[in-house]
Amino acid sequence: MSNKLNHSMSLAKPEANDLSSKQKIAVFIGVVGLFILTLALLNINFPNKTLFLTLSLGCIAAGTVIFTNDLYLTKLEGIKNDGVWFKSISSKGVLGWVTGIVLTLFYIVLYFYPSLLGLGQKGESNTGLIALFDPLSQLLSGRPASQWFVYGTLYTLAILVFGYKFMLKYRHNKYQQLRTASVMFFQLAFAFLIPEFMYRLNSDLPYYDLKSIWPLNYYNFERYRINQFIDAGDIGLALLIFGVVSIFIITPILTYKYGKRWYCSWVCGCGGLAETVGDPFRQLSDKRQVAWKIERWVIHSVLVFVVLMTTAVIYSYLGKDSSKYWLTRDVFLGLVAGFLTLIFALTLIFKRKELGKDAIYGAIGYLVIIITLIGLHYFSSGSKLFLFKSETLRTTYAFLIGSIFSGVIGTGFYPIFGSRVWCRFGCPMAAVLGFQQRMFSKFRITTNGGQCISCGNCSTYCEMGIDVRAYAQKGENIVRSSCVGCGICSAVCPRGVLKLENDTMKGRINPTEILLGNDVDLMDFINNK
Amino acid sequence: MEHIVIIGNGISGVTAARHIRKLSNKKITIISAETDYFFSRTALMYIYMGHMKFEHTKPYEDWFWKKNNIELKNGYVKTIDTVSKTLQFAEGDNMPYDKLIIATGSKPNKFGWAGQDLNGVMGMYHKQDLDTLEKHAPNNKMCKRAVIVGGGLIGIELAEMLNSRNIPVTFLVRESSFWNGVLPENESQMINRHIKNHHIDLRLSTNLKEIISDENGKVKSIIIEETGEEIFCDVVGLTAGVSPNIDFLKNSNIETNRGVKVNRFLETNIPDVYAIGDCAEQHEGINQRKPIEAVWYTGRMMGETIAQTICGNRIQYNPGHWFNSAKFLDIEYQTYGWVFGNKAKPDYEQHFHWKHEDDTKCITVAYHKETNEFLGINTFGIRMRHETFNTWLTEKRDVNYVIEHLKEANFEPEFYKTFESDILSAYKNQLQIV
Repeated sequence: MSNKLNHSMSLAKPEANDLSSKQKIAVFIGVVGLFILTLALLNINFPNKTLFLTLSLGCIAAGTVIFTNDLYLTKLEGIKNDGVWFKSISSKGVLGWVTGIVLTLFYIVLYFYPSLLGLGQKGESNTGLIALFDPLSQLLSGRPASQWFVYGTLYTLAILVFGYKFMLKYRHNKYQQLRTASVMFFQLAFAFLIPEFMYRLNSDLPYYDLKSIWPLNYYNFERYRINQFIDAGDIGLALLIFGVVSIFIITPILTYKYGKRWYCSWVCGCGGLAETVGDPFRQLSDKRQVAWKIERWVIHSVLVFVVLMTTAVIYSYLGKDSSKYWLTRDVFLGLVAGFLTLIFALTLIFKRKELGKDAIYGAIGYLVIIITLIGLHYFSSGSKLFLFKSETLRTTYAFLIGSIFSGVIGTGFYPIFGSRVWCRFGCPMAAVLGFQQRMFSKFRITTNGGQCISCGNCSTYCEMGIDVRAYAQKGENIVRSSCVGCGICSAVCPRGVLKLENDTMKGRINPTEILLGNDVDLMDFINNK
Repeated sequence: MEHIVIIGNGISGVTAARHIRKLSNKKITIISAETDYFFSRTALMYIYMGHMKFEHTKPYEDWFWKKNNIELKNGYVKTIDTVSKTLQFAEGDNMPYDKLIIATGSKPNKFGWAGQDLNGVMGMYHKQDLDTLEKHAPNNKMCKRAVIVGGGLIGIELAEMLNSRNIPVTFLVRESSFWNGVLPENESQMINRHIKNHHIDLRLSTNLKEIISDENGKVKSIIIEETGEEIFCDVVGLTAGVSPNIDFLKNSNIETNRGVKVNRFLETNIPDVYAIGDCAEQHEGINQRKPIEAVWYTGRMMGETIAQTICGNRIQYNPGHWFNSAKFLDIEYQTYGWVFGNKAKPDYEQHFHWKHEDDTKCITVAYHKETNEFLGINTFGIRMRHETFNTWLTEKRDVNYVIEHLKEANFEPEFYKTFESDILSAYKNQLQIV
């Protein structure tokens, strides 16, 4: 580790902090904005909160924009990765570690000690940082701010200003610009504004970010939300139905047509943050094959966990009497077991050849566990399903996966593990979409004949840790469940080898031994053997 | 068990080793004095620019070699005894072989300039060259100016490297326009302008006379042949082409010329000794190719081919349609089939040229004057599909067909503006004028 630190601080390396005077001014403005937030955090009670909140957020935005303009608009269009591995912040140097630790501590406070941020306890009014955001919350939804409102505002601001930065960095690349505009829009409108307005129009509705789909939104079908949906009348019911439709109908159709990128790098809020704020850290993802092996087990285990947890939670509030409501506990469990078995059977019948041995063993293992647990139900009674209380499952998931994994590790560790740790190792939604992308989608990254020079830019800048080069240098298309279709591999390729495409399913996976450009007879002889 | 020894762990040698392993369980040893593990030579520039670390340039993880039972030896082969089939290393030890593949690549050309061996003078080919550059040009305080001699692909990459650390660069190019021995004039001139846009001091039709030393044997300045001008600098990059790296074969029985002479089967004059990649020299060029092809792709193809021969399926090296690629600062370049610059252009070859008004994109389509047969395309700033052109070249399509169907060859990222209709209308206009 000390070696790495020396590396990025070495005097023999190019000076990392070579800022222009304009950039220094921009840093000053941005730090003033952050400083106001820090003062608020230290419980300074600002007299005019509206003014100081505006000043703070305005300074942060202005500082970033001015810095970005000077950084990119003074240069010609093109790839801007000069010095990435020399800069302390982006190569796990001191700045990287400091940022990672501060972010992690912030997440721990946010999730577990919101009172430290100034959240009013037991009906008292807010103080500190959260109080600073009260005017904005009052303006949007007519209620005081919460720690989640503060977080949401900062999250949205971060995606907007760093989205702007990303768009300038890739101003020669239309795909990157559109994609970034898309995540900025979905964050601002769907995650931030619409839920606040919905609350204003109908305060019975639960907070609902429409683009946040179960199982990413693991709490969507919990009892209190179902009650709120139903109490809110037709619109509530519509939202509930939308929640079910989005995972079972909308998601499969869009993933079939475009791959999981339609969600992960165009719509999703976690993806949005990773693609904008997280962009300077994308090269830190682990590319080793062992990381890929761990990834496959961890992410699918999380998926199994969320399926079990949600089944148990829904089960716990369903009735037993079918004359009252058709969806009883038995019917529900039957549906879950039937659905999982169907997916399993279809995959094994039609895609058996595409699966690795460990994938088949893993799938069989998980199916056996789930079906056994469901079977156990018929031999037991009471509130326990799957041996544990549903409430225990729910709180464990919320703590381990919902808070620690997606927040503390997923975002806090950006400068250490790269920007997509959560998306790659933890997100159950990514697991669902990825499974379909691998098995049943028109999306692939096409390799351009024999043009690859194995330079490694694609692999280095893949935020999902895919060894893109391993495919490209074999002239093979990249069809991987984890690929979020960000398109950066294609952008940084110095030989124009990679292209994200939606095309026919046929010939999508095309392993080759001899690359295009060599003796035609030899290619036929080897590749068609 | 037969022992296959490969000298050189570049793309040629490693491709040969991988394919031999796929086809057989022969004992394989790869020898290199440059690095312990295979890395992508073409990616060296990105290490200096800070895009990647050296680790990232290795296409295979370190466990790969053991898993595939390919032995790696770090050593410098001093002499080859083809009678006893033994290699002698500079370190003093020996290694017997049953079959030997020479894949030692190239070394930078030096044309006997005064001062060419001073400290601070370097090529840009080996990993060691990168280390030297890092030592002499870590930043623009230690290196106030660098002079690059030779306007080819490595020269412009070295210029881009130094530019990334804000080191002022003077770029001496012997030709009247950048790389116009290969590129048609319009393209070459577009690249001239692009180089200057990057604030690189491009000097065309300019030769190096000598390199001047300071009192410590380190480069102080260079003198320009034509004007006698002295340019003060801390680094001189010699990038005037490369030649086969075969000095160690001088006293062996293996026939050499500029490179190791091989037949179409990549066999040398000595049985069981083969040569592939940059260091191999064909008796005559294949399909308008040069006898020595110092290109990544051809090295790989020779590796693919030789593995067959070694493993009992003796076949000729028979490359398909020519293709190549490069990147000139921010402008990507791809070529499929043959498009010649003014110097080498055959009489029958005619060009259609289109350039975008932003001066960073252009294409040149070469076709046969009499038959209209499509011969090749150069494309700058627009990505095109290898497979499509390969098919069209095989089918001997005529130029009208190619330009009308250019859309099928588009390989640009989604949502990019396309130029096929502009190109088509320019093509039709040109026909009317003619």
